[in-house]
Amino acid sequence: MSRNDGAPNWLRRMPTGYHIAQKIIARAAGRDAVMPGEIVTCSVDLALLLDSGGPRRIWPRLIELGVGVWDPDKIVVVTDHFTPAVDAESAAILKLTRDFVREFAIPRFFDMQGIGHVVLAENGLVQPGMFACGGDSHSSNGGAFGCYMAGFGAIEMTGVVVTGEIWLQVPRAVRVNWSGAFGAGVAAKDVMLLLCRELGIDNAHHVIEFGGDTVAAMSMNERTTLTNMAAELGAETGIVEPDETTLAAIRAAGQEPAADALRWRSDADADYAAVHAFDAAALAPQVAAPHSPANSGPVDSFADVPVDQAYIGACVGAKLSDLRMAAAVLRGRRVAAGTRLMVAPASQRVIREATADGTLQTLVDAGAYLLPTGCGACAALGAGILAEDEVCISSTNRNFRGRMGANSASVYLGSPYTVAASAVAGRIADPREMLSQEPGSDPA
Amino acid sequence: MTQIGGAAWVFGDGVDTDVMAPGLYFKASMDVMARHCMEAIDPEFAARIVPGDIVVAGRNFGVGSAREQAPMALQHLGVGAILAESYGRIFYRNALNFGIPTLVFPQAGEIAAGDRLCIDPLAGRIENRTQARTYTVAGLPEHLLAMIAAGGLMPYLKQRIAARGAS
Repeated sequence: MSRNDGAPNWLRRMPTGYHIAQKIIARAAGRDAVMPGEIVTCSVDLALLLDSGGPRRIWPRLIELGVGVWDPDKIVVVTDHFTPAVDAESAAILKLTRDFVREFAIPRFFDMQGIGHVVLAENGLVQPGMFACGGDSHSSNGGAFGCYMAGFGAIEMTGVVVTGEIWLQVPRAVRVNWSGAFGAGVAAKDVMLLLCRELGIDNAHHVIEFGGDTVAAMSMNERTTLTNMAAELGAETGIVEPDETTLAAIRAAGQEPAADALRWRSDADADYAAVHAFDAAALAPQVAAPHSPANSGPVDSFADVPVDQAYIGACVGAKLSDLRMAAAVLRGRRVAAGTRLMVAPASQRVIREATADGTLQTLVDAGAYLLPTGCGACAALGAGILAEDEVCISSTNRNFRGRMGANSASVYLGSPYTVAASAVAGRIADPREMLSQEPGSDPA
Repeated sequence: MTQIGGAAWVFGDGVDTDVMAPGLYFKASMDVMARHCMEAIDPEFAARIVPGDIVVAGRNFGVGSAREQAPMALQHLGVGAILAESYGRIFYRNALNFGIPTLVFPQAGEIAAGDRLCIDPLAGRIENRTQARTYTVAGLPEHLLAMIAAGGLMPYLKQRIAARGAS
């Protein structure tokens, strides 16, 4: 299934081609070419600042340094972690974020419009060939658009905001090819939960490049699920080579991609650290058990785990496509007594679109409890936090101990299909069974 | 950067940033946040660590989020250095940016809790005085030495800005 390049350097045929991330890094570093392992300094095309690790942590440092921001036009600010304000502290953080935007005249500010990674995608702000940094680990989300976008801490983003530059060790690339079509009830989320197990979650110094006909057939929403969770793989970032689907999404967002946007591709003879191939048709819905995304297996290995809460939310798990997956399972069904289903759509646009197409109606008819858009319970910041010993199945990306609240709570990760099916069953359940049955005919 | 000495606090593989800096305390002061650092896996850690003590861990230390509060909480508690087999990528950069000596230590598994360690981070020398063993590992990354010598990214940025102003 894999081709691991274990040959010593002197035996390896000299590669002549480059992978897409290598080409983007070379461009951003002002070089003709860069090689894996090299340390380079890159110019940043876009810096994403969120209310969590953004202005509240960066502004005091700018004051201490006595400087402003390097280029307000290259900064995007989004409020999402502390929205809506629920106490004096969160209100103050949001106010500070708005004051920062005014002080430095930052033109692109999305206040309470949704989760930053999703908002960037919705507005066509991440484009092929860009080199971008975000002050949040799931900034890898943007890589779905054929750009190099990685997450960094607020201290490092302070450096970016002051200098417009960041250092990088050029990563090696791991190519992950998927072929074939998913069965009913299977989605990109299942791909990532399987990969967390198969590739492990310590892929530092590597960029994960997703490809194959399965990925080519995916919507941009589903592709961002792949690159978003490259963060869970511990990779530098994830990336998908751009194609017509990418360009169409950027145009639909009202932006015009560069005329040569599709030149950002990996060469056929690019040097990969490993190439993996998987069959989408053979993929079953996956669930990751507490307390690591790598602790995953087919859904039936977790059947009959009772759940107190089913949560559909976060950048990775509450896009329009995710809400539609949940609705496909919930149509004509009810959430089980004793289980609560909570839905926090990833953006205001998702709410508008899911209202227009009836998806939200289906969810609330099934008994879903609607929450405001934002990062919410995924990081124990907003509504939907878990109590001691509670069990949750969640469409989010992390299930570390204490991630969604109490340290003794258990968080299982699954696709929106699996979360919805589990909400109906009151225990972890295989969505394929419900999707193949008429509502009302199931024993529950 | 001078030598660092202290007792070893030993952790396993995959210690994530959520247990170092739990989201529940994001809005609280660093004093409060640090009191809950590692609580989910070692409730004694924050109360009992002595400034200068050294965190020793297995693979992928600091996996997870970009939250800089993770290394900040360790630094606030007085952690003198971090030695792990490997690191979560953002945590590693954050820790060095705060000037915390952070070394890749493949033999971390040979250290026992409470061992007295003495470290020269620039030379990559780790002495276990309890076990009377000395290790040599890769020192701090060469391209970051100027930043680390300055004491971290903030003092380094100050130097660069001052140099820019003077030129």
